[in-house]
Amino acid sequence: MAVELLKGNVAFAEAAVRAGCEAYFGYPITPQTEALEHMARRMPELGRVFVQAESEVAAINMVYGAAAAGMRTMTSSSSPGVSLMMEGLSYMAGSEVPAVLVDIMRGGPGLGNIAPAQSDYLQIVKGGGHGDYKMIVLAPATVQEMIDLTLLAFDLADRYRIVSVLLADGSMGQMMEGAELPPMRPLAERPDWALTGARGRDTNLVSSIHLDPEEEEAFNLRLQAKFAEIEAREVRCEEHLLDDARVAVVAFGTAARVAKTAIAGLRAEGVAVGLLRPITLWPYPEDALRALAERVDTLLVVEMNAGQMVEDVRRIVEGRVPVRFYGRTGGVMPMPEEIADAIREAASAGHAAGASDADAPALEVPA
Amino acid sequence: MTVQAPEPLLTPVYQYPESLTHVPTHYCPGCTHGVAHRLIAEVIDEMGIRQDTIGVASVGCSVFSYRYFATDFAQAAHGRAPAMATGVKRANPDKLVFTYQGDGDLASIGAAEILHAAVRGEHITVFFINNAIYGMTGGQMAPTTLDGQKTTSSPRGRDAATTGAPLRMSELLAQVDGAAYVVRRSLHDVVQIRRAKKAIRRALEVQQQGLGFAMVELLSSCPTNWGLKPDEALAFIRDEMVPVFPLGDFKLPDEATTGASA
Repeated sequence: MAVELLKGNVAFAEAAVRAGCEAYFGYPITPQTEALEHMARRMPELGRVFVQAESEVAAINMVYGAAAAGMRTMTSSSSPGVSLMMEGLSYMAGSEVPAVLVDIMRGGPGLGNIAPAQSDYLQIVKGGGHGDYKMIVLAPATVQEMIDLTLLAFDLADRYRIVSVLLADGSMGQMMEGAELPPMRPLAERPDWALTGARGRDTNLVSSIHLDPEEEEAFNLRLQAKFAEIEAREVRCEEHLLDDARVAVVAFGTAARVAKTAIAGLRAEGVAVGLLRPITLWPYPEDALRALAERVDTLLVVEMNAGQMVEDVRRIVEGRVPVRFYGRTGGVMPMPEEIADAIREAASAGHAAGASDADAPALEVPA
Repeated sequence: MTVQAPEPLLTPVYQYPESLTHVPTHYCPGCTHGVAHRLIAEVIDEMGIRQDTIGVASVGCSVFSYRYFATDFAQAAHGRAPAMATGVKRANPDKLVFTYQGDGDLASIGAAEILHAAVRGEHITVFFINNAIYGMTGGQMAPTTLDGQKTTSSPRGRDAATTGAPLRMSELLAQVDGAAYVVRRSLHDVVQIRRAKKAIRRALEVQQQGLGFAMVELLSSCPTNWGLKPDEALAFIRDEMVPVFPLGDFKLPDEATTGASA
């Protein structure tokens, strides 16, 4: 395959097609609508399923139905639409059906705007719907990763019978970049648990109900064991210029990409700074972060929100090292110079304060 | 050694349908959910489609219907059965997919999902149990509750001026082009039950023939939450519900244009 100039939304949609996604259900919402439009054209021409649902509520329940029937299936949306899907996602977790959701995040809360943001971290990574459940969360930082992680999302969803989420912001969806699409994969067989009609076998049931509390607890314990297995096996992250770093930036997606530009400039000035970029937001690269916290002076978390992932970073490093935060909200992108300033302040504060200042406020350091 | 099966002394005329499991139901005495289940199971048996049928259960008293049908089944979220059934059917276009929903599920929280399944002409069959009340949660007012009817959330009787008048879903959905077959039947006496069974069969045949969305609304009793004896509850359907929810065919397939057999 050759490198093509591809828009993020089209890239993940076509990647899903080539991953063997046989059914797409969605509802228009900016800034992800190009994905729905791509699927509206592509899926019927391949004899596959495309339905424009009446709402995101319906879309996720159509995904639930197709997933229950054992098809590779997906939906995509953006923050307000994803909020409407929380009910369905909880049911899918409760009945262990695999599917893929792409959330092209935008500024909020409420209707907010259509500019890029990362403010769905807590909603997606921590659950969002009711009950104890997890979704595998993948955070691309390039259009190529939109493609590669979409393929991975389907494979992991099937392997663990879980919902995988591609969590990207509006700029990842809208940007065009050179990227290479994979070849078309053959379609998968339906799994033996799927609803396909009980011909020559016992009946199958896809359900999330366990009325007996003991039975529900046993189910929950089984889910937790599965989540523990995923945490042990499926962590992915990028470590960038960390070998000699005194300050480490922790950021995902577009924020990490902007941070890399800032880091390149500072490296030219001789500042020892690097980047830890989680690619899986759940399972989180906890071991890599903990090891990093043992050897740097300061961590700086950069996000396009008011401070969501930083809660996880502080939980994981347990006060080993000061954790600072720099964020922009409401759809405002952080510029490399802003992040560079935050890194410089972190570097000087890190040397001055040592490793005890875990609760240092974001940027409000004394002049 | 071969054992000859003894000749039955009498010819069985009433047997357990193969499409029902042998699980005792949780339904209250006098409730007609059991009748509806039996009719659907008989039709599935008679059509020979048990192994090609997938049910989608809803939320409410029918939440456990998946326990009672010996077919593949999904359990949907409240009101979302038509959306989930859309996914199941699109993934299995050669199978028969039905939902089994009550009036709180279908006419209230799931109003958008049922309407748009009909708009798309989704090739599913909907069995809509209308007993004018929320049963599972203990007798609250539904969109189908009669004007003046006392429920636990309309203790002085439903006031149409502030809570609306009973919603007639069959009449509403019959307006939709994608709906091929929409009828209302009742389960309050033997004659009506026989008519209901014919409609259930026709609704599944409409799906089999690919004619579009099909729904059978079944007026059903809820003696527990109506505070009536079982026989009084059947009389309530006949005397109070039928005048508000008239029985009849609201949409039938255009046999001339589809060329389908009746």
